[in-house]
Amino acid sequence: MTATNAWTPRIVGPASEPPDDPFAGEPADGIETVQLLDPDARPRRHHTYSPQLTVDEVREAYRTMFLSRRLDTEGTNLQRQGQLALWAPAKGQEAAQIGAISALRATDMVYPSYRELSMVMHRGLDPIGVFQIMRGITHATWDVEAHRMGVFAFVVGAQTLQAVGYGMGITLDGSDEVVLACLGDGATSEGHVNEALNFAAVYRAPVIFLVQNNQYAISVPTAQQFRGAPAARAAGFGMPGVRVDGNDLFAVHAVVAEAAARARAGEGPTLVEAMTYRIGAHTTADDPTRYRTRAEEDLWVGRDPLVRTERWLREQGTTDDWFTGLAAEADEVATDLRARVLALEPQGITDLYDFVLAEPSAALAEEREQVAAYIAGLEGR
Amino acid sequence: MVQLTMAKAITAGLTRAMDGNEHVVTIGQDIGRLGGVFRITDGLQERFGARRVMDSPLAEAGIVGTALGMAQRGYVPVCEIQFDGFVFPAFDQIVNQVSRLRFRTQGRITAPIVIRLPYGGNVGSIEHHGESPEAYFTPTPGLRIVTPSTPVDAYELIQQAVASPDPVIVLEPKRLYHSLKGEVDLDAPASGELDRARVVRLGTEITLMGYGPMMSTLLSAAKVLADEGHSAEVVDLRSIAPIDWVTVEASARKTGRVVVAHEAPRTSGVGAELAARIQERCFFALEAPVLRVTGLDMPYPPSRVETDYVPSVDRVLQAVDRALAY
Repeated sequence: MTATNAWTPRIVGPASEPPDDPFAGEPADGIETVQLLDPDARPRRHHTYSPQLTVDEVREAYRTMFLSRRLDTEGTNLQRQGQLALWAPAKGQEAAQIGAISALRATDMVYPSYRELSMVMHRGLDPIGVFQIMRGITHATWDVEAHRMGVFAFVVGAQTLQAVGYGMGITLDGSDEVVLACLGDGATSEGHVNEALNFAAVYRAPVIFLVQNNQYAISVPTAQQFRGAPAARAAGFGMPGVRVDGNDLFAVHAVVAEAAARARAGEGPTLVEAMTYRIGAHTTADDPTRYRTRAEEDLWVGRDPLVRTERWLREQGTTDDWFTGLAAEADEVATDLRARVLALEPQGITDLYDFVLAEPSAALAEEREQVAAYIAGLEGR
Repeated sequence: MVQLTMAKAITAGLTRAMDGNEHVVTIGQDIGRLGGVFRITDGLQERFGARRVMDSPLAEAGIVGTALGMAQRGYVPVCEIQFDGFVFPAFDQIVNQVSRLRFRTQGRITAPIVIRLPYGGNVGSIEHHGESPEAYFTPTPGLRIVTPSTPVDAYELIQQAVASPDPVIVLEPKRLYHSLKGEVDLDAPASGELDRARVVRLGTEITLMGYGPMMSTLLSAAKVLADEGHSAEVVDLRSIAPIDWVTVEASARKTGRVVVAHEAPRTSGVGAELAARIQERCFFALEAPVLRVTGLDMPYPPSRVETDYVPSVDRVLQAVDRALAY
C-alpha cells in the first residue's frame, strides 16, 4: 500500500491497564494482543506490526463503520417495530470487520457469517440485501461473484470449509487471490470449523480465518467454551495464530495485511483472533441481562472502536464539519433504507421453484402448477 | 390442575424427571443462565446446579456424542438442539451411533438419551429456523421419535422419553411453545405408552391424521367440516417412529377416507409411509385414495411466504373435498 500521508506512531511507553484486561499486552493465557492504537486513541508501538493506513483511508474506513452502525441501529428498530423477522446487531465489531476487509484487494473473496453488515457495505453492496434476508424476503440476494462477497451463513461455521475449498481452487488456478473466512468464537467449537483449519493447513490454502472473538456464544462466555484460545490453537493446526485488538482498526488492518501477503506468497493460512465485544444482544430474540453485567458492557463501551477512530481522526485534523456531514449522510441513508425496507415484497412461492433444481423436473413442474392453481383459486374467492 | 403453556409444561415435565432421577442431566447450548433460546430450561440450572444442567460449547455433534458417552456411564442425558435446521452436524452421532448402540452390542448397552429438537414453521424467522426435518430420522431403526400437540401431552411425553431405555427424539412444535395453553395435572403419573396414537376427535366420514404443530390445523378443519354437516375423525399420531398402526388402521377402516398432514416436504415424508401402509392393510375398506397435505418439495422458503408452504386449514379442506368426492 503506497501511503502518501502515512501515520508515524508516537511512542507512549508500556500499557498500564489492570492485568485481567485483554488489551494489557499480556493476558492470562500469555498470548500477546497486537495493539497499535489504544482505547484512548494513543498510538502503541509493536515489534512486528506498524500502521499501514493513510488518513484518507482511515476516514473512508470510519465512514463505512459509522454508516453501518447507523443501519445496524435501524435494523434493531425495524425488528422491534415488527418489520424484520430478526436482527443480529454488529455494534462494537466494526473495526474488526472493516480493519480486515480493507486489508484485502477487491478481488479477494470473503465468506461472512451473519453479522458482517459493514463488510457488505465496504464492498459497495446495497445494504438492503441484508435487510431482505432479515425481513424474510429472500435467503440471500446479492451478486456474490461481482462483489466477491459470499452469502450469509446461519449454520454456525459451515462457511469456513467452503472458504478453504475456494482457496484450494485459487491454488489450483495458480492465482494470487486470498480468501477471508469470517467466524466467531462460538464457531471454533464446531467440528467442521476444526476440519476447515486442518484442510487449510494441509493444502496451504490462501485463507485468513478472522475469528471475531466477541466474548460470547449467545450466552456462553469464552471461558466456558474452550480452554485453549483460538489464537493458541492455530499452532496445533500448523498455521500462525495472531491475537489482535479487534477494536483497533490499525492493528486489525496491519495483521490481516501481513497474513494476506503471506497467503499470496503461497505460505498458507493464518488465524487472526480479533478481540472485540458484541455491545448489543446476540439477536433481537436474545436477553443479555441474563448472562452478563452492566459493568462489563460499560467497560467495552469505553473501548468503542468508532470513538477511538474518531479521536484519532480529529487529532489528525479531520474537522467538525466532516463529522457533522457524515452524521447527516447517515440519517439520510437510514431514512432512505427504512422506506425501501418497508416497501419490500417477497417473490411468490411458485417463483421459488425456479431455484430448486437447475435442470427441469417434471415432478416439480407438476407441483408448481398445483400450487399456482390453488393460490389462484383462493384469490378468486 | 394448572394452566400451562406448552413451553412451561415441558419445563415442568423435565423438572419432574430430574427430581425423580439424579442421573438425569441436561446438556445444550445456552440452556443454563439463559434458560435456552426458548426458555424451556429456565430455572433448571438454579435448581439442579451447573453439574446437571450443562451449558455446552457450540457444537451439535459434541452435544449428542458426549451424551451418548454419558449414557454409557449410567447417566440419562437430555440434549437440547437449538433449532431444527442446526441438528445436522449431529447427524452421524444420531443415525450411526445413538440409534445402533443397542443393536450393535446385541442388547448389552442401551442408549437412554433424549434429544429435544424444536421444529416447525410459521414462526416468522430466518433460514434454518422453521424447518421440519423429521423424515431424515424416521427411517432410522433404533430411534423413537415423538411429538406433542398439547401442553398435557408435552408434559407426559418428555417424562416418558426420559424414562424410556431407548433413545428418543422429542420434536417440539415451537410455534405452540408460548401460544398454546392447556390444563395440566402436575401430579398425574406419566405412565402411558410412548408410542400410542390418540383419537382426539371422533368422527365417521373421514379421518384427518397428523402430529405436532399440524394438530390445531386439523382440529380447526374438523370444526369447519362439522359446521358443513360432515363428521371428521382426528388422529394425533404422537409417535412417528414407531407408528401406532393399530390406531391408524382402525380409524382408516372406520371412516374409509384418510387425509394426512405434515409440514415437512411431501416426498418420502411420514405421510408417504402412512399412505403406503394404509393402502396395504386397509385396501378394501377405503372409499378414496389416502391424500397428503404437506410442505412443498422445495427448501423451506423465506418467512414472508411461509404461509403458502405450511399446510393451512383451507388446504386440508381442499383435500377433504377431493376425498369425499370419490
